[in-house]
Amino acid sequence: MMGLQAYLTLAAVVFGIGLFGVATRRNTIGILLGIELMLNAVNINLVAFARYSGSEVGMVFTIFAICITVSEAAMGLAIVILLFRIRRTVMADHLDLLKG
Amino acid sequence: MAETLAFWSLAIVLVGSALAVVLSKNLFHSVLWLALALTGTAGVFLLLEAEFLAAVQLLLYAGGIVTIVVFAIVVTERLIGERISQTSRRITAGAVTSIALVALVVNAIMQQPLATTRPPLTADLTRTLGESVLTRFVLPFELLGVLMLAAMLGAVYFARPED
Repeated sequence: MMGLQAYLTLAAVVFGIGLFGVATRRNTIGILLGIELMLNAVNINLVAFARYSGSEVGMVFTIFAICITVSEAAMGLAIVILLFRIRRTVMADHLDLLKG
Repeated sequence: MAETLAFWSLAIVLVGSALAVVLSKNLFHSVLWLALALTGTAGVFLLLEAEFLAAVQLLLYAGGIVTIVVFAIVVTERLIGERISQTSRRITAGAVTSIALVALVVNAIMQQPLATTRPPLTADLTRTLGESVLTRFVLPFELLGVLMLAAMLGAVYFARPED
């Protein structure tokens, strides 16, 4: 029987990989993929805690987290499409609209 | 024993595909690896006996998100040709930060006396989940509907055709 620690460690590693993607990717869509990985790792944590504590509340929270992630992805990609229309690029280095 | 084997194979698939997502040179390949990583997560949910969440994960994440990301790539880049290739910057700094964070979190996890056995399931988990969402958590659930409607309208507004 695998303990709770194993699941938490797996989630932490996936979260770290996602963070690496967010920090190093040049392409905005690549950054969004890293964010998806990080949110996904958090869901593993929530489900593992819920199962090992014998309460379903964590799983309810996971459903909410998944729905919010989907909204976030839809909005993020809409913004990417809009940026591409204005600037003709999705590279994060070239997106400096907020620089004075 | 079977659970240990399943856990380690899922862990290898999950970590391997997650690494491929952040390291792949081709953005389109990254998305396909992300689909594998999300499917692996659904497998982890199955291991934790959360069948409903595994189904939601496959439908919403692996189905929905991968589709819209591919759509965004098609709109913003050409699918074939070298323009789709993506580069990374500050790889050393990013790797040091991530490894430090993971080391910190894993260290904290290892120091805690965490549960090693699960309480046995007393009732159908999907049924309990549904009852909980529609009774105790009904207000957040309805608010979530409003949020998703707002996000959908916002996305449609942002991506509307140019006039």
